[in-house]
Amino acid sequence: MGFMDKLKKKFIQNNQEEVTTKYKEGMEKTRKSFSGRINDLIARYRKIDEDFFEELEEVLISADVGVMTVMDLIDELKMEVKRQNIKDTKEVKDVISEKLVEIYYGEDDEEIEEINIKENELTVILVVGVNGVGKTTSIGKLAHQLKNDGKKVVLAAGDTFRAGAIDQLEIWGERAGVDVIKQHEGSDPAAVIFDGIKAAKSREADVLICDTAGRLQNKVNLMNELAKVKRVIEREIPGAPHEVLLVLDSTTGQNALNQAKTFSEATDVTGIVLTKLDGTAKGGIVLAIRHELNIPVKLVGLGEQMEDLQQFDANAFVYGLFADMLEEEEA
Amino acid sequence: MAFEGLAERLQNTMKKITGKGKVSEQDVKEMTREVRLALLEADVNFKVVKDLIKRIKERAIGQEVMESLTPGQQVIKVVKDELTELMGGEQSRIAVSDRPPTVIMMVGLQGAGKTTTTGKLANHLRKNHNRSPLLVACDVYRPAAIKQLETLGTQLNMPVFSMGTEANPVDIAKQAIEKAKEEHHDYVIIDTAGRLHVDTDLMDELEQIKTTVKPDEIFLVVDAMTGQDAVNVAESFNEQLDLSGVVLTKLDGDTRGGAALSIKAVTNKPIKFAGMGEKLDQLEAFHPERMASRILGMGDVLTLIEKAQTNVNEKQAKELEEKMRTASFTFDDFLEQMGQVKNMGPLDDLLAMIPGANKMKGLKNAQIDEKQLVHVEAIIKSMTKKERQDPSVMNASRKKRIAKGSGTTVSQVNRLLKQFDEMKKMMKQMTNMQKGKKGKGMKFPFSF
Repeated sequence: MGFMDKLKKKFIQNNQEEVTTKYKEGMEKTRKSFSGRINDLIARYRKIDEDFFEELEEVLISADVGVMTVMDLIDELKMEVKRQNIKDTKEVKDVISEKLVEIYYGEDDEEIEEINIKENELTVILVVGVNGVGKTTSIGKLAHQLKNDGKKVVLAAGDTFRAGAIDQLEIWGERAGVDVIKQHEGSDPAAVIFDGIKAAKSREADVLICDTAGRLQNKVNLMNELAKVKRVIEREIPGAPHEVLLVLDSTTGQNALNQAKTFSEATDVTGIVLTKLDGTAKGGIVLAIRHELNIPVKLVGLGEQMEDLQQFDANAFVYGLFADMLEEEEA
Repeated sequence: MAFEGLAERLQNTMKKITGKGKVSEQDVKEMTREVRLALLEADVNFKVVKDLIKRIKERAIGQEVMESLTPGQQVIKVVKDELTELMGGEQSRIAVSDRPPTVIMMVGLQGAGKTTTTGKLANHLRKNHNRSPLLVACDVYRPAAIKQLETLGTQLNMPVFSMGTEANPVDIAKQAIEKAKEEHHDYVIIDTAGRLHVDTDLMDELEQIKTTVKPDEIFLVVDAMTGQDAVNVAESFNEQLDLSGVVLTKLDGDTRGGAALSIKAVTNKPIKFAGMGEKLDQLEAFHPERMASRILGMGDVLTLIEKAQTNVNEKQAKELEEKMRTASFTFDDFLEQMGQVKNMGPLDDLLAMIPGANKMKGLKNAQIDEKQLVHVEAIIKSMTKKERQDPSVMNASRKKRIAKGSGTTVSQVNRLLKQFDEMKKMMKQMTNMQKGKKGKGMKFPFSF
């Protein structure tokens, strides 16, 4: 049984039909171009030679899988093809998807990484990222989901810089039906977060989600400000923040690696939220981030609706990329 | 290191081939491989890279190496020339309609920075062109987007036209034009909602706004960090709306910004402005040439190449080579060389421009003491002609005189003499090693 079949079976077994459908719908454009090109590639090349690998390299690079990761992957593929004595390009397809999932998980067990929510104590989630990636929107969606799970959620409007950011979070707060703690624009973000913690404690909330202003990772002062926000949280609640989520725009290219690296240095990022995956962008850089920095993706944004924030599942991610190929084979 | 610049990459490849007079096909092949990787790492679309590499190969093979350049630098120069050509000239002009108001429409994906850029552009029009723009809030979808534009309007003390979130964006745009005419605004800047290029409903809405208000400019606002997908985005927006230009945002980050190249290549529309910071006056004209260097990640190596070209006279360089070979190098030559190096600018800057210099042992945090160079110069200038030509005549009284004349000490004079001697020996060794080859890459044999 091929790897893709195994992947598929896994989904049917786990009865994750709904999640899979979401991925399939959200990633339709992604999938079409990506798997279409791999299919095309496989159809055109009968023999596995250098040219084949070079084109495969391009297909992967076009998905924004980091250049270094692609090079590593191609090397491994070459070895695997040699080892298993694969001659037909059709058989390579299986090996490719297998390796992609393997790159993501590395030596670890394949498990879905969930957001770390504590039972019976306040969980603090700090949300960071560069400008315009969708931090506030993701917080709105996450708050909505946690609320639906029966949690009492409080939001802290830590983006005191961007015009309209506080109002934006308030509107999300209203939609999700959760409280928003804020000060006026231009106030100290650390102070807002401090207020947020106090309020979350006194209101006996389960989860506090802290919004922060978008900042480019090469602005040292702003990164220091972020580190200070984190220190305030650490000081007020031992063991917090329980999650530091870096929000990444899936249209971002190689710079996403820099972002992950620098934000981790300042705030020890524990997971990634990959947004805007419903366009044609492939977000392949998350493979590189996991591969090189070992930061897992925890959530993906697959649309504009409240419900369109999903748990990330590497198998589903790769399955989404290759689903067309599977169905074509069966037809 | 995943993100080393092209210059460093080439440096490594070059190690094998320095000292050659001509760039061979094999050299080019090896180097274009590095160029390809560098461009891909900079997020230039792979199709664009493919075309580029083809042209670079054609141009680079068989080229004579310029006197002051190594083969690697030569290839960089070809690459940079190609990139600059592809990027086109500088174009930051904004249309002026003969029947005011001039209408500008801002479009793009979510989070690209349309609203902020709208504010910046309005500020630019008022400050540099003495215009009075009206800002129009057509983003009725994103929560608080209208509030954001209104806040920017307050900061800039500029009027913002909005009709709330219930109105239709096409109507808002239409009425805004009427309002601008009434109030004699000469520019109208329409901020639209961010949308995915695959969202047909929202793309159609943009087209409706376009046919209704007939804008003079349609700017696509693109995040400079965009990856390979930039071509799809730019192509879709251009196909549907026939853009007039592009604004690249967040260029103050540390991205290489290869997206700029991809967008230019697929749309052939000029990139007019660049967002360089969060403040409202941080919008700059786009410089294609600077962008080319940035994409290649080579710092200022080109500035260095240009400086070397202009400052090191070819004839002088040849003479020097001859002298090194025959070991007839004198203090006069030394002085001349120092002068040439100094002409190229402060040494700290120079060192910073050399790719890989920061990785060299001992040079990493080297504080170059320019004062010390002044001392060296003074000592040499205090020597007689004979002493400069032939340091072997030096004796205790001569040294004492030189120290006095240069305001230094005898031990400093001694140190310089010793260094000079060692240098000469080293040069002889090196030129012996290079014998048979046309000596290259030894332009500045002194490590300061």
